[in-house]
Amino acid sequence: MKVAVLSGKGGTGKTFVAVNLAYANKNSVYIDCDVEEPNGHLFFKPVIMQKTDVNVQIPVCDEYLCNGCRKCVLFCEFHALAYIGSKLMVFDKICHSCGGCEIICPQKAISEKNKTIGHYEYGYSGSIMVKTGILNTGETSGIPIIKQLLKDDPYNTGKDIFIDCPPGSSCSVIESIKDADYCVLVAEPSIFGAHNLQMVHELVKLYNKPYGAVLNKCTDGKNPSADYCQEASIPILESIAFDRELGLLNSEGKIAAQESEHYSKLFISLLEKIRLGVEK
Amino acid sequence: MKQLLILSGKGGTGKTTVASAFIALSKAEAYADCDVDAPNLHLVSHNDETYSLKGFYGLKKANIDPDKCISCGLCYTHCRFGAVIEGEKYIIDTNSCEGCAVCRLVCPVNAVTMKPNVVGDLMLYRNEKRVFSTAKLHPGNGNSGLLVSEVKKQMKDNAKKDTAFAVIDGSPGIGCPVIASLNAVDMVLIVAEPSLSGFSDMERIIKTARSFETDIMLCVNKYDINTGITEQIKQLCEKEDILFAGCIPYDSSAIYAINENKPVTDYDGKASDAIKQIYVKVFERLLDKV
Repeated sequence: MKVAVLSGKGGTGKTFVAVNLAYANKNSVYIDCDVEEPNGHLFFKPVIMQKTDVNVQIPVCDEYLCNGCRKCVLFCEFHALAYIGSKLMVFDKICHSCGGCEIICPQKAISEKNKTIGHYEYGYSGSIMVKTGILNTGETSGIPIIKQLLKDDPYNTGKDIFIDCPPGSSCSVIESIKDADYCVLVAEPSIFGAHNLQMVHELVKLYNKPYGAVLNKCTDGKNPSADYCQEASIPILESIAFDRELGLLNSEGKIAAQESEHYSKLFISLLEKIRLGVEK
Repeated sequence: MKQLLILSGKGGTGKTTVASAFIALSKAEAYADCDVDAPNLHLVSHNDETYSLKGFYGLKKANIDPDKCISCGLCYTHCRFGAVIEGEKYIIDTNSCEGCAVCRLVCPVNAVTMKPNVVGDLMLYRNEKRVFSTAKLHPGNGNSGLLVSEVKKQMKDNAKKDTAFAVIDGSPGIGCPVIASLNAVDMVLIVAEPSLSGFSDMERIIKTARSFETDIMLCVNKYDINTGITEQIKQLCEKEDILFAGCIPYDSSAIYAINENKPVTDYDGKASDAIKQIYVKVFERLLDKV
């Protein structure tokens, strides 16, 4: 099964839940799609076996062939091209690599070259395969890295996969949950948490995915996220109490299910509930 | 107008908690929420209910007229985003379409048109004392960078001419929306968290912010969760020549305040006291700068 862990709001415990599920499941694959700020590897500390650059194509212009007609400049919807001082300038950070400028150029002056925007790496941590995508700082979109990361590959066959999604509810999250069999929504007991839970809830409904919620850092006080779950009939798979010891374990990059009997049991039982949800 | 942007790299470190406190303490006349993916500032920082709302149009998206389509497949082979779905008649998966218009360019029978596309809502709260600009991206959409630029523009266009400063709540990560929010701000305050994850994310946001000509200050939230890592963060600031603004202790009254729709500084407590001190330091620097 493929399980995606998402939250809308940042810092609710996506990585904590995804890492511990993958650990408790054994023989699983953990994929960190939060390519802007990947953190799962800090917990698994995998031995890296393979590292692959992710490239996108950006245009280059042959000055001798270019006659300054500006057709490419007008075509580019992303405003990534400008013709200044008899020279075509390419703003590669905002280029979407659509290839349109090369097609439209009547002089065949435009070709494409590779630009590295980041990389992804494979490694093992015990029985767990850890895949991490990392966007270079200064680059705007990690989508091409997420796409590469999630492509089927020979290592994955038959193993359960746990996908740690980026925060938010935008295109990069869609990319991460597209092929998931089940979505785990992680929420905090605050009105912020509840508001963002609502946003990702809309998203998983839009994509017709089965889902359930994990409420993290719960205290005795109000829990607007639990209220929302009740209102919207979202099954609550687990409520994890706020625990300072757990905060310390997490901050040091330790896997709670490995360090503590309590969390080990908790995540094994959470796995069972997810499996039931997938089979439904 | 001096612009202060609050960022963090990692999510959930307390950007909105700090931003809403600063807005209340400074009686800010202009502020904005640039976390268009998961906006929350309006939950704790608006004091009236009326706002104006308008749809935000992203790039136009492709649409194939099934009556004109001759199923030649040229759009399918040229689309780099996997947005054309093969079939007897070809159709566009609007969620994958990035609006580049290459399909329209290559279609031999002009079956493709580009259709306007609302990707989010832009909201403006406004009274005689202040303007507050915010937005919400519709689930699953791209173009968050464009929407962020629009949120900032809306704030600037509607603020009074003599507004001295603005407080902007940013989004997590280092990508598109963060880079759009960094454009033309005077100071960035990074809210860090003392964990291995928080440290790693902080290093990446520092690197990202460094490529813009902006002053950077940093504070640590929930510093007592791991005092060892807090110490490492302080050392890094010293090494990187980043001004350290202070530490905020873990305090359950912070979440209590949020759930009452109030900034944390409306209540007494350890976190409230610490944020007030950080506020003085940050604003002295923000406003004294020539």
